[in-house]
Amino acid sequence: MNTDAFLDGNAAAGMLGELFAVEVTAAGAQCAHCGRVSVVAQARLYVDSPGVVGRCPSCEEVLFRMVRAPGRAWLDLRGVNYLEFALPEDG
Amino acid sequence: MGIISRGFSGRRRAHDENLPPGQYLTEGFPVLSAGPTPRIQLEEWEFTITTEAGDVHRWDWTAFRQLPADEFTVDLHCVTRWSKLGTSWEGVSLETLFADVDTAADYALVHSYGGYTTNLPVDDLLDGKAWVAYRYDGEELAPEHGGPARLLVPHLYLWKSAKWVRGIALSHSDEPGFWESAGYHNYGDPWREQRYWGD
Amino acid sequence: MATVVRVRSLNARARSILLDVPGWPGHDAGQHVDVRLTAPDGYTAVRSYSIASATGGQQVELAVEELPNGEVSPYLTRELIVGDRIEVRGPVGGWFVWRPEQREPIQLLAGGSGVVPLVAIARSRSAALSAAPMQLLYSVRDPDSLLFGPELADLSAGDSLRVTYAYTRYAPAGYGRPPGRVDAKLIAAETLPVDSAPTCYVCGPTGFVETVATLLTDVGHDPARIRTERFGPTGGQR
Repeated sequence: MNTDAFLDGNAAAGMLGELFAVEVTAAGAQCAHCGRVSVVAQARLYVDSPGVVGRCPSCEEVLFRMVRAPGRAWLDLRGVNYLEFALPEDG
Repeated sequence: MGIISRGFSGRRRAHDENLPPGQYLTEGFPVLSAGPTPRIQLEEWEFTITTEAGDVHRWDWTAFRQLPADEFTVDLHCVTRWSKLGTSWEGVSLETLFADVDTAADYALVHSYGGYTTNLPVDDLLDGKAWVAYRYDGEELAPEHGGPARLLVPHLYLWKSAKWVRGIALSHSDEPGFWESAGYHNYGDPWREQRYWGD
Repeated sequence: MATVVRVRSLNARARSILLDVPGWPGHDAGQHVDVRLTAPDGYTAVRSYSIASATGGQQVELAVEELPNGEVSPYLTRELIVGDRIEVRGPVGGWFVWRPEQREPIQLLAGGSGVVPLVAIARSRSAALSAAPMQLLYSVRDPDSLLFGPELADLSAGDSLRVTYAYTRYAPAGYGRPPGRVDAKLIAAETLPVDSAPTCYVCGPTGFVETVATLLTDVGHDPARIRTERFGPTGGQR
């Protein structure tokens, strides 16, 4: 059992919500390392302020890095192959 | 800046001339981490310095601990804004580890167990400014603080002092590390408040 | 910008804060808000708090438990008074939520103050007159640490929400089970059966969530139907 002090990707919703018009934590993300698709909200979120790291719940490799500075933010998604969003049906 | 919250002052941030700008004093030792805490057996531990020519200098735990060590007291400054003054450590200076390393490289990329990396100029590692530390406050360094051994470069923000250090790769080119590639300042001098890109 | 319209104690260390938020778009049960406090010198601190209320109008109820040596929570539990204005961002979060159109059985599992978003889910089910079976297993230190005890009693009386308390340190006199942590036996006896394929919502401190999520998968729950939310520090100073 992993007892490290990580949170769920849920906790990144506030920061991601500042950047995106859609709810990114409800999206699926494919890990570039192991290929597993998981919901961003269920990533393992390590808070290393002012940066946060989202890690794959399967292989623990880095999915995303996010840094929040006054008036600026950076989002590094190199560990994600793609994000998949559920959207309302067209028409 | 938002409206002021009536009666809110935040953590006490008394001005102290020993502190870099924007820092406050802490008595505790907050633990921040970008990933799971690696648990490294001393029998498996090694530390390497790899030169720009590909030469590898390698120490296992026994060889490392036979090197002359320093006891030293330094101030720590974390980009999270806490500073801790007068912390006592024991470790091997990078000057000692570099004694037989033939290099003309300007840049170092530090690697840790667990995959963390951070970059800094070689000059900032030498002249007794940096150590690989294995004792803190008289005790073996605990895993959550980077044990068995961590880099300590106290004149830069603490994210440069890689926990669970396993090696240094030397190069003529500067490659940004784990946080430096995602917004943290490439150099990270607390006295110039170099927290983020462009600071 | 939100205005405090009511504060009340939930127990010796926790407080309910009712906010009026003009333009509030409504929220899903389980979502949270980010509260940002600003000191006179421009210093700011941001923390996430779960919403305890079902959606309705522009009022939002938060529940805040004071953390030892906390920076923001003691301000919210001691200093804040009716009429104060604070900055909130939200609602945020789109995964750890329950929506009334969900018809499947729901198993809620709370550790300590992790009960707050689950209270919002139970309240939303009641407000929506949903017939979805719902149970709550609430692990709490002792009776004095309960949050929303009276509200949960009302929900279990009126809305067939089944609530089981698992006291970890002290149980009230006459309570059937000795104090102890949630274990496989308790999961088997006091949660919805695996073959009813419930969606499980687990919220609490990291250790609690890890333990409970493991226990649930061990008895055969599909990991895809287990949603977790760990409580912990979400951010430092900016």
